Amino acid sequence: MKKYIDSGKKDTRSGFGAGLTELGQTNPNVVALCADLTGSLKMDEFKANHPERFFQVGIAEANMIGMAAGMTIGGKIPFTGTFANFSTGRVYDQIRQSVAYSHKNVKICASHAGVTLGEDGATHQILEDLGLMKMLPGMTVINTCDYNQTKAATIAIAAHEGPVYLRFGRPKVANFTPEDQQFEIGKAIHLQEGTDVTIVATGHLVWEALQAAEQLQEGGISADVVNIHTIKPLDDAAILASVAKTGCVVTAEEHNYLGGLGESVARVLALNAPCPQEFVATNDTFGESGTPEQLMEKYGLNAEAIVKAAKKVVSRK
Amino acid sequence: MPDINYLNDLVTQVRRDILRQVHKVNSGHPGGSLGCAEFFVALFQELMDRKEGFDMNGKDEDIFFLSNGHISPVFYSVLARSGYFPVDELNTFRLINSRLQGHPTTHEGLPGIRIASGSLGQGISVAIGAASSKKLNNDTHLVYALCGDGELQEGQNWEAIMYAAGNKVDNLIVTVDYNGQQIDGSLDAVLPMGNLKAKFEAFGWDVMDIEEGNNLEAVISGLKVAKSKTGHGKPVCVLLHTVMGNGVDFMMHTHAWHGKAPNDEQLAVALAQNAETLGDY
Repeated sequence: MKKYIDSGKKDTRSGFGAGLTELGQTNPNVVALCADLTGSLKMDEFKANHPERFFQVGIAEANMIGMAAGMTIGGKIPFTGTFANFSTGRVYDQIRQSVAYSHKNVKICASHAGVTLGEDGATHQILEDLGLMKMLPGMTVINTCDYNQTKAATIAIAAHEGPVYLRFGRPKVANFTPEDQQFEIGKAIHLQEGTDVTIVATGHLVWEALQAAEQLQEGGISADVVNIHTIKPLDDAAILASVAKTGCVVTAEEHNYLGGLGESVARVLALNAPCPQEFVATNDTFGESGTPEQLMEKYGLNAEAIVKAAKKVVSRK
Repeated sequence: MPDINYLNDLVTQVRRDILRQVHKVNSGHPGGSLGCAEFFVALFQELMDRKEGFDMNGKDEDIFFLSNGHISPVFYSVLARSGYFPVDELNTFRLINSRLQGHPTTHEGLPGIRIASGSLGQGISVAIGAASSKKLNNDTHLVYALCGDGELQEGQNWEAIMYAAGNKVDNLIVTVDYNGQQIDGSLDAVLPMGNLKAKFEAFGWDVMDIEEGNNLEAVISGLKVAKSKTGHGKPVCVLLHTVMGNGVDFMMHTHAWHGKAPNDEQLAVALAQNAETLGDY
């Protein structure tokens, strides 16, 4: 069994900030817009290095999205930064018309997604954003799992022509993917070889999936772990290849089961290889205040929840 | 530079194009379109420094955004008659598989369109973004935008208006089609807008009126004044006083023709009031 090492806990949003800083130095067309959350989004360094390419729009997200769409005209590559809730639900129609339908090269970068935002509570803990964004035609949707992957994804999306939603989070979490990785949009990463159950995980749940795989191994269940960082376009082939070996799947995500990764996986399976599936996700509910760890446990979004779901799905084969 | 007689003929022809487009498919928005015929002709024929052909990036040329996308008939007519696509294509307005969608879009690749619009209140933000992009590119050309007066009820506009003044976006001219009408009635009846000029000024814009928004010469000279106001640290707002349905007597001074097409008889009357000048498509 492959062993993954946490090189030291780091927040994914800092991976975004580091990626943006690097892009500032390597790509003169990259511009950044922020709605009064520069520090939270870790955009300070880009702002300091390139004040002329940094646009502070104030607490006005709708205008930020519209401006970003306009800035693509003239060849700029705008990265917008705010919390995931204000990046999506608050500005859905602006994204729909000015960005997605107009096919503008805007990168919507969203931090503090999901319940792991913690103490601020449900007003800020969006669990619906992946669904909102994946329903938009032409939108690429990415949810990264650790600092290194987030940095690599940030750099990769600048080279991708078209609108992208990049989702990451607030808390410091395990940093376990390679520092020098090349991020390939739409390409799943096979993390663990197994034969009894497939675990397809995204975002903060990927590390939990690896922990779950170790626990399952101790109980004699061999888990095949696939990291889906790109929810759309989905790597159907990687999912089907894994399920062909295992015959069942657990999907794991920090999102409502409605509209999330799990439903996308279910569609692929229904069309190609129907098999039992369990969903580790929030159950059509809002979040609440608490620490990230408490909330992950209460809402069934940790390794223990994945282990339980895996045992259940294996029994359904 | 085309002479004023030709341009007035073009305005009349554009009105015919508007009426014939919406009549054919029994849908579309003739009222606001008719009210803005002079503005579009003035802008595309006299004011804007445009390049041949169409390049999405619009580098080293003036560019325009239509925020109130429902007045697509006038936009399409003037784009076609300014050389962006064949005039005959106006025949396809709102038909299936057409590039001339009900509301303008980049989705079908129609030359002259740089952003989709129709869902209101988004155009000023887009124009500010494009104007900021021009500044970064050291491109001294201007960005023009048109929005409706009722459209200013959308909150996003005021985010954008605040931003543009606060950040000295002075390569931008936003014209408001100030016809005082919206779908459900007059502005005052639906949601009074108060003193628009004072509102824009309070936000830090340089504001001017064009009182005769349906007098082509007045629109041209007014927009030239607006152009002279750019580059002085403030975004420029033009309150263009127009009459909805202008040029067709039974469509004027009412919101009734905001989004309603004329029937055969009404079309005949309307066209008789606007005799063919440059040739129907």
